[in-house]
Amino acid sequence: MFSILRSIWLTFLHVFHKTETVEYPEVKPYLAPRYRGRIVLTRDEEKNERCVACYLCAAVCPVDCISLQATADESGRRYPEFFRINFSRCIYCGFCEEACPTYAIQLIPDFEMAEYDRQNMVYEKQHLLISGEGKYPGYNFYMNAGVDMGVKGKGEGKFEEVPVDVKELMP
Amino acid sequence: MKYLLIIAGVLLIVLSIAAGLIWVERRLLSVWQDRLGPNRVGPFGLAQVIADTLKLLFKEDWVPSFSDRPVFIMAPGILMITILLTFAVIPFGPNFYVFDSNIGILFFLGNSSLGVYSIVLGGWASNNKYSLIGAMRASAQMLTYEVFMGLSLMGVVMMADSFSFCAIVEAQKGGWFFIPQFFGFIVFFIAGIAETHRLPFDIPEAEGELVAGYHSEYSGMKFGMFFVGEYLGITLISAIIATLFFGGWLGPSFLPPVFWFLLKTFFFIGLFILLRASLPRPRYDQLMKLGWKVLLPLALLNLLVTGAVLLYMK
Repeated sequence: MFSILRSIWLTFLHVFHKTETVEYPEVKPYLAPRYRGRIVLTRDEEKNERCVACYLCAAVCPVDCISLQATADESGRRYPEFFRINFSRCIYCGFCEEACPTYAIQLIPDFEMAEYDRQNMVYEKQHLLISGEGKYPGYNFYMNAGVDMGVKGKGEGKFEEVPVDVKELMP
Repeated sequence: MKYLLIIAGVLLIVLSIAAGLIWVERRLLSVWQDRLGPNRVGPFGLAQVIADTLKLLFKEDWVPSFSDRPVFIMAPGILMITILLTFAVIPFGPNFYVFDSNIGILFFLGNSSLGVYSIVLGGWASNNKYSLIGAMRASAQMLTYEVFMGLSLMGVVMMADSFSFCAIVEAQKGGWFFIPQFFGFIVFFIAGIAETHRLPFDIPEAEGELVAGYHSEYSGMKFGMFFVGEYLGITLISAIIATLFFGGWLGPSFLPPVFWFLLKTFFFIGLFILLRASLPRPRYDQLMKLGWKVLLPLALLNLLVTGAVLLYMK
């Protein structure tokens, strides 16, 4: 009997506790920077899009929600002609971010994407592309990978040495 | 004319308390469970009552083809009728009662026994094994607890020399009855919880959560009537405890007597909800054992001692 009365008393004391409820639309939850939310396509420091349409993200996607088509501009630089992600299929696993060699595709901590019509959940490139660099500032694929493609000249990359003119080494 | 006004007043107060309990219970439960209850629908979530009522009205009110149709439709009505009838004999204030019956307590006990019918008929008419089992368990539980519900009130009757609620409130002017009749109060409180099948005695409804229970086949407003009928039962038992053991409408005169009555009733309604928030549900045989082996002897002992003391003091 005493334990019953004690339970009632202890439950009553909960009046003086703070409530644990997070009143959502007015108070947003804290999300870590590496939270896997909405997918974006980022640009590099010169405001050119980073994506080189290598199809790696579409290949690794477990649910095949990414669809893209590669094309090249006049100087030979590759870019996606269209880039489509079906967010009703996307499972936000982050494999595409891990697979991307240019840090173009990234997942950001935003989840508020509710729609009434399922067709509105398919995002095109103009909806995915952002004007900033996302989570990896200062990274330019062409400078690190040694691929020229009209972006840089030979020997101008970060870990490249300037080519030596062999004809200068004559005895 | 004044009579009609009193009837309308009593009905209005009682029905608005029962409907408002939908909101009150959820907010109070959440206070004791460290969370916020409904606070979106209106100011402080008060329009939740209207939202729930509209939802129940718009639901499909289906009577099963395999059920016993007239009994099925009648069962929730019986609950409401018996409880509302009992409110007619309870005094809300010195002249604020519908009917001062000189057998008020017997009327209340008779109506609560009739209330058992609503559960039994509901379970029977559903034509469904689980409903029937739930209804049988509920009726056995309510019968058991009714035995000593009446006995525990006999002490109060002996002290006030009358079965009428108004006379009992008048007799408490010298001191509220819960001090001399403390064990009677405890036994009646526990029996009252079992009569309205609230936690921790809500086997009829717990079966509803787990399997089916007596209101499994009910939907729409018929279920709404069982639901509001349960809240009316809580209000009734709280009002009767306030009247019989805590002085009814008696209280300092700087506030109207109706206010004191409602304050005491709300205090006990809050206590019912606190019990729901804090206690686990006992097993069915533990419940019946408690009734027959502990509370019935306690009620009889209370009766014996009260009678002996009153005889000695004469």
